[in-house]
Order: sequence, then structure tokens, then C-alpha cells
Amino acid sequence: MIRQWMASLTAVAVRMVARLITTARPVWQGLEPLPGQRIYFANHASHGDFVLIWMTLPPRLRRRARPVAGADYWRSSGLKRFLIHDVFHGVLIERVPDPNGENPLDVMNAALDAGDSLILFPEGTRNTTDQPLQAFRSGIYRLARAHPEVELVPVWIDNLNRVLPKGEVVPIPLLCSVIYGEPLVLQHQESREAFLERARASLLALSSAHGGEKDD
Amino acid sequence: MISTIPAGLWTLLSAVTGLLTVASVIGHMLRRRYSPQGDNEVVENLNQRIRSWWIMAVLLGIALLGGRTAVVLLFAFASFSALREFISLVQARQSDHWALALVFFVVLPVQYLFVWQQYYGMFSIFIPVYAFLLLPVVSALRGDSHGYLVRISEVQWALMICVFCVSHVPALLSLEIPGFEGRNVLLIAFLIVVVQLSDVLQYVWGKLLGSHPIAPNLSPSKTVEGFIGGVASATLIGGGLAWMTPFSFLQAAALALMIALLGFAGGLVMSAIKRDRGIKDWGHLIEGHGGFIDRLDSVVFSAPIFFHVVRYFWSVV
Repeated sequence: MIRQWMASLTAVAVRMVARLITTARPVWQGLEPLPGQRIYFANHASHGDFVLIWMTLPPRLRRRARPVAGADYWRSSGLKRFLIHDVFHGVLIERVPDPNGENPLDVMNAALDAGDSLILFPEGTRNTTDQPLQAFRSGIYRLARAHPEVELVPVWIDNLNRVLPKGEVVPIPLLCSVIYGEPLVLQHQESREAFLERARASLLALSSAHGGEKDD
Repeated sequence: MISTIPAGLWTLLSAVTGLLTVASVIGHMLRRRYSPQGDNEVVENLNQRIRSWWIMAVLLGIALLGGRTAVVLLFAFASFSALREFISLVQARQSDHWALALVFFVVLPVQYLFVWQQYYGMFSIFIPVYAFLLLPVVSALRGDSHGYLVRISEVQWALMICVFCVSHVPALLSLEIPGFEGRNVLLIAFLIVVVQLSDVLQYVWGKLLGSHPIAPNLSPSKTVEGFIGGVASATLIGGGLAWMTPFSFLQAAALALMIALLGFAGGLVMSAIKRDRGIKDWGHLIEGHGGFIDRLDSVVFSAPIFFHVVRYFWSVV
């Protein structure tokens, strides 16, 4: 009871701080923010990426959207466990294959079977290269195969990598946008490579597609 | 502090409330006539702007009634928001990270602390002397010279515009004008009302009569007719506000003319920066207007000069 209460309070505080630093604006470019089961897949350049998606979703979507996160990091302390389980309702997966541990795909499939949505970073690790987007891992393809009813929504997180570049501790306040693109559907007999490339291209297409007309 | 609220402030706030009420009624009528389905962009934008005006007027009104601390906090927050928009556009690299952290979390609060203390000797030179010399050193220490001159210049301009200039609005409270003690918030009200009405009236005159663009490459919506009509009406209104200032009618009108011209210049300069960076608005937080800088651009240019002119001719410190 008290734990739940503290979790709601923490969630509000996280949203307030994140809003002060980034103003986190959602841009609904390819879909309306209506209820529905989805896999939101996004570029991964900063630790705060999933927070921005989580907070820009409207409350009723946010309640069922669970970020997929690395178990090794989030199980390492009591505070992190509280944040990932109670505040963000995350789905923890083993990033290094562990014969005794749970298979990451089983864990994610279980969440989808339960009707939840996922927030996923198909690049696997944070992108510290000069490329805007690394190659995708195949997990998203297998999830799409197993759950054809779930919409795959590309989400481009803009500018957050400049707020807190790798190795820095103090965040710089900068305007960030979270751009939600048009959902993808796995085509009949589409190969893994073709689908992963298509998904990656659909995400990359959002990165430069939000410039406004200038007239003032 | 309650006892020090000058009577003129209540009169002015009532007038602003009346003006916004009229604007809301007109906006509502235009909506019923031209945009019943909410599909006329000009009318919808006008109504958004009016709603945002209400919020801004209420916040500023509360701050002015609340006294020095409230005014300083409000403008510190406006500076923070404007800086966040400006720094989002600069070409800073990771080697500037510490310089930027200092800008947000040290330079800005310290500048507003000096303003709050009414420490003229420091708030007037802290940024142009100390910050401008220290920040390039912090950036240079990372050993990255790629685009160095552009990087440090952009950060300096961001500080100049968003912090130094904006902080001269609350700095008006530090002036000591004989016979005007305890009423300095009215100088802030005078500046803000004239500069914002000048913006609005330039927009209105431009929409009614405008046909000759004044700076087509920078800002297609600004016209010669809007400029002349807006500046002339703002000058008259400024003269009409002389009763709440230490100025005579002619002095108030001359200062209002200066404020309106500088405000126009500020809008032009900020438009040029937006064009350079290929954006339409500085941000999205003020519905219908864009970002904080979109609303502050004219204040930014007029505040420091209004401050120094009044200080030179009227103040005893």
C-alpha cells in the first residue's frame, strides 16, 4: 500500500523533472494516441529514452506500456528494483545469454500474452557511434511473428542524446520531441532481414521528417 | 509587502482584464461565425493566442502584486525556458557540456541573485565580463577546437539574449527615482504593456492594411503598414500611461516610441536567427505563440536600454 503510494509519487516527480529538462513533446505523426496493444520501438542513445516514451503516452496507454530493460543493471540495487518494478512496470531481460536464466523472448512474449504493450530498443545497446541508428537485433522480428495482432510503432526520440551524452552526469536542459510514426505490419512470408531493414528505415525516416514550414 | 502595492497597479490590471475580456468575446464571435467546426486556422490560432495571453497576464499580475522575490523568480523561470530553447539550436559539441551546465545551473541563478540583491555593480557586468571570459576557458579545457569560435559565440549570444537582457526587466526594481518610491513595479508594467501592445497592434494593423512587406527575407508577416500603425499606436498608448509612471506625457510617449522600435528590432533579429536555423517557432510551450523567445524577443531588446535610459535620466543610483 505504502509502496504503491510512493511509486505513484515517484512517477509524478520523474515526470516533472523530465518535463522541466526536456519539455518532452509527443508528435503523433503516424497514429492517434488511442488504446491498443503495441510494441513501441525506438532509437536508443540515452539512459532516459524509455522515460520519454513512457511520459509522453497518455495515462491510459502509459499504464499498459512496459519498458524492456536489462536485468543486470536494474536488479543491482534496491532503489533501481523499486523504480523498474513499481514505478515503470518494466520487463527485465538478461542481456547476456544465461543458460539458467529466463529466455528474453519468453519474458517479452509473456507480457504481450498478458495484453501489455512493450517499449523496446531493437539496437540492443545504447548507440554511441556517429551513425544515427545501429543495426536492429532480431528479437523484434520474432515478437512480430508470434504476435501478428500487435501494432509495431516506430518512435523517434529527438535530441535526448545531447541532454546527457555518454559519460556526462549533469543533464543539459534542451527541447526534446518524441515522434510516433505509422504502425508496421509483418508482411506474409517477409524474411527476417527484409523486415528488420524495413523497420529500421521506418524509424530513421521519422528523424528528419518533423521540420515545420517557416513563415514568421 | 502587501502594503506596498501601488494603486496604479490595480487600475492597470483591471484595464488589462477588460481588454482581454473584449479580446475573448471577439475571438468567440469570430469562431462562431467563421470556424464553427474549429477548422479555420487563423481564427483557431487567434483564440489560442488569447488563451495564452490570459495565462501570461495572470502570472505577471500575480508576480507584480507579489513583490520583488516573485518578479525575480518569474523572470528567472522565463530566462531558463528561453535559454533551453536557444541552446537547443546551437551547434554545441560534447566538449561544451560543462560550459552549458555552468550556463544553466550557475550563471543564470547567480545573475538573478544579483538582480534580487539589487546589486547593480554585479548584475550589469557579471555575464559580459566574468561569464564571457570563463565559459570559453571551460570549453577549451576539453581540447576540442572543432568549430570553436562558432561554438563559444553561440553560447555567449544565448546568455546575452536569454539571461542578461531578460534580467533587466526585474532589474528595474532596483532604480531609485525620487518621488516614485515603492512603485517601481509600474515601470515593469509600463515596459511590458507597451512592448506587447506594440507587437499585437503591429499584427492587427498588418492584418487590416498590410500589403508591403518590410523584411520579406526575414519575416514575411511583418509589413510597413503594420510597423507604422503599431509603433504609432503604441507610442500614443505609452503617452496615455504617463499617469502611472514618473514621466510626463511627452517623456512617456518618447520612451514608448523607443521601446516599440527596439521591440521591432528584437523581433527582426530573432526572426533572422530562426531563418538561419530553419525553424518557424522557438518552441511549443506557449500555445498559439510558439516558444518563450517568440514572446520575449521584443522585450529582450527593449529592457536593457529602457533600464539604462531611465537610470541615467531619472534614477539617483
